[in-house]
Amino acid sequence: MAKKPASIGNLNYEQALAELEEIISKLENEPSGLERSVTMFERGKAIIQHCQKLLDSAELKVRQLEENGSMSPIEE
Amino acid sequence: MLDYSSEFAYQIYSVSDLNAYIRALLESNENLMDIWVTGEVSNLSKPRSGHIYFTLKDEDASVRCVIWRVHANRLAGAFYDGMRVEVHGYISVYEGGGQYQLYVDGIRAAGEGRLYQEFLLLKEKLAAEGIFEENRKRPIPSQPKFIGIVTSPTGAALQDMLNTLLVRFPMAEVVLSPASVQGEAAPTQIVKALERLNKLVHPDVILIGRGGGSLEDLWAFNDEQVVRAVAASEAPVISGVGHETDFTLTDFAADQRAPTPTGVAVMAVPDINDIKTALSAWYLLLDRTMNNVLDQKRSKLIERKNRLDILSPGWQIKQCMQRLDNSSLRMDYLVNQYFLQKRQQLELAEGKIISFNPRYVLGRGYALVEDKNGSVITTIKQVQLDQDISVYVSDGTISADVTEIKEKE
Repeated sequence: MAKKPASIGNLNYEQALAELEEIISKLENEPSGLERSVTMFERGKAIIQHCQKLLDSAELKVRQLEENGSMSPIEE
Repeated sequence: MLDYSSEFAYQIYSVSDLNAYIRALLESNENLMDIWVTGEVSNLSKPRSGHIYFTLKDEDASVRCVIWRVHANRLAGAFYDGMRVEVHGYISVYEGGGQYQLYVDGIRAAGEGRLYQEFLLLKEKLAAEGIFEENRKRPIPSQPKFIGIVTSPTGAALQDMLNTLLVRFPMAEVVLSPASVQGEAAPTQIVKALERLNKLVHPDVILIGRGGGSLEDLWAFNDEQVVRAVAASEAPVISGVGHETDFTLTDFAADQRAPTPTGVAVMAVPDINDIKTALSAWYLLLDRTMNNVLDQKRSKLIERKNRLDILSPGWQIKQCMQRLDNSSLRMDYLVNQYFLQKRQQLELAEGKIISFNPRYVLGRGYALVEDKNGSVITTIKQVQLDQDISVYVSDGTISADVTEIKEKE
């Protein structure tokens, strides 16, 4: 966590969930300052909201792999 | 011509007897009891009775066939006029029409028997190589991001899979690697489609399948090259070919087998509603963890506050005052105790003094004798004959003379 945390909007679902797990584990096991704890908590909440948004807005992407190896979208 | 004179030398049958005799003859022939016959269905008739009647024919011949209702109900698959079939049953005679018939208890599309033989042989061979072993099967990732599909781009199977994925797990990205799934070209196309997916897309899981059809329609999925390609796939494979009851060698080689294409998609991905529920659980967990953190900080604060209170002058003054109060109380107690003790001693002494008073003794009949000088006489040596003495009793004095002195023997 020494490195600057990534912008939440750029996290994909798996990354978001992984960071959420990390935040909870840190809150549980590594005592730190109140301000830092609150910052982590707020980030955790924002990550969950981001995940919810990802789930709600997910649209199945379907593409077709052509014989020449190119990909083309499929209209449903 | 017949010689009528010899007519009594012959046994004469009734028509019924004749037909019964022939029926018994046919029914007792081992070859005819349990026989497979191939031909084309014609004159198919399904009356309300539930029995099925048809004629089985080839270019030169035909035979009447009957399927009794009990068998008709359980015979799988529709069959129709002009269809080439293989039927199983026994030969007997319809005595009413003098006609022998094939009584059918099993029917399948022509060629299925041969296909089935091939199927069993190939299955045995591949099983011996260990291709179907359980320990070769890989786990399916719980939330696959990239999903490869190998099926026909125009088939119902693709629509079934996509619809299911859309509803259950729309976060996935799907790549269709198209292949025709029936016909001569199908096996090669399926193998190439699998290879392309593995090489170019590296999906987390590959779904392969097609909808229901005849055994021949599904045959591509029993092709040796297809089965080997499925077993060798880099990504784990879930297969669903045909219906619940259809099993292909691809199903055996796949890491998971589903009964239908829809089932394949269900097996491949979790339900987004479950994930949303799990996310709510995460929310609760985060909340609770934060509350724990705050509780810890709060109790540390309280502890420090207590320690600070101890150090404050006000608290110390209170402490001193309390100590003072304690001392004062103790002092009062000790003083009281002292006087109580003295009072008791005094009362005790008083009792003793009373008992020592000579008057108290005189009251009990004793007497006190003094000479005229007031000395108490305690021995005969203090007195002489005719000496005046005073005898004190409880209520007065008696003056007396000593008239005799006797020493105690």
